[in-house]
Amino acid sequence: MRATIVIFPGSNCDRDMMVAVERITNRRPQMVWHKETSIDATDIIIVPGGFSFGDYLRCGALAARSPIMESVLDHASRGGAILGVCNGFQILLETGLLPGTLVKNKGLKFVCRQTNLKVEETISSPFTDGLEAGSHLAIPVAHNEGNYFADEDTLQSLKDNGQIALTYDAGTAFGPANPNGSSGNIAGILSSNGRIMGMMPHPERAADPTLGESDGLTFLTNALQGVASA
Amino acid sequence: MKVVVNISLKDGVLDPQGRAVERSLGALGFQEASNVRIGKQITLDIDAEDAARAHQRAARMCEQILANTVIEDYEITVEDES
Repeated sequence: MRATIVIFPGSNCDRDMMVAVERITNRRPQMVWHKETSIDATDIIIVPGGFSFGDYLRCGALAARSPIMESVLDHASRGGAILGVCNGFQILLETGLLPGTLVKNKGLKFVCRQTNLKVEETISSPFTDGLEAGSHLAIPVAHNEGNYFADEDTLQSLKDNGQIALTYDAGTAFGPANPNGSSGNIAGILSSNGRIMGMMPHPERAADPTLGESDGLTFLTNALQGVASA
Repeated sequence: MKVVVNISLKDGVLDPQGRAVERSLGALGFQEASNVRIGKQITLDIDAEDAARAHQRAARMCEQILANTVIEDYEITVEDES
């Protein structure tokens, strides 16, 4: 299982993601700087969270046009698996690999807290196939622009095609179910072929049982096994 | 050539920032203010032979990076030097 994590100036979840992935795969992921122009053979590319390029212009806008993204797009065009978390999700939306966009949280505040995620019924995807639809994952969010927005037609087609992977659900003691005003309570979506996933919650921040949270580890383990077995 | 790009949120896209400012305006007594929408302005110099070419290049910049056309509209003004 070969994983690759891309790093931009301002990424800050790359190390946590590396630790979580290594814990699962027993192999250190390839860490690739954004100025690189190629990626060694890899089973999955992970775009981590953070504040790439200081969120200048729009979150993820400048990172999406970085040199390394050509290789990420190549990987995607070959059906390669890609996971974008938080700012990584914003970057994947800016590249057009996933539809829609993320706008400022409805409450205008940065939200950093636990959320209760519901696994939705989806198309076949390495990210969701091993998870039971209707089951829940407790994974925290930390973002200022996590309010998923797409036009009605896009939202409907995401729904009809089973591309909505995770939604915010009630049952967290930390505030309303939906932390940011996201359309349809969307927390994570899939590409139409199920090979690319973007999500606002941070599984790498709930990946160490000694810290009391392990649902992120459950999610990542399932995803990496799904990618390896495909 | 001096070019000004105005980027605004499309109609129908929620602007929580604009709404918060609108509420503050109301609190200051400016009840006549409504539909507050916040956008951004980008100014740049474009090296081009004429205004039409500068406009065309600016439009490509908007499509590729300056605007997110999922939620934003852009308006380009070329301020001719002559």
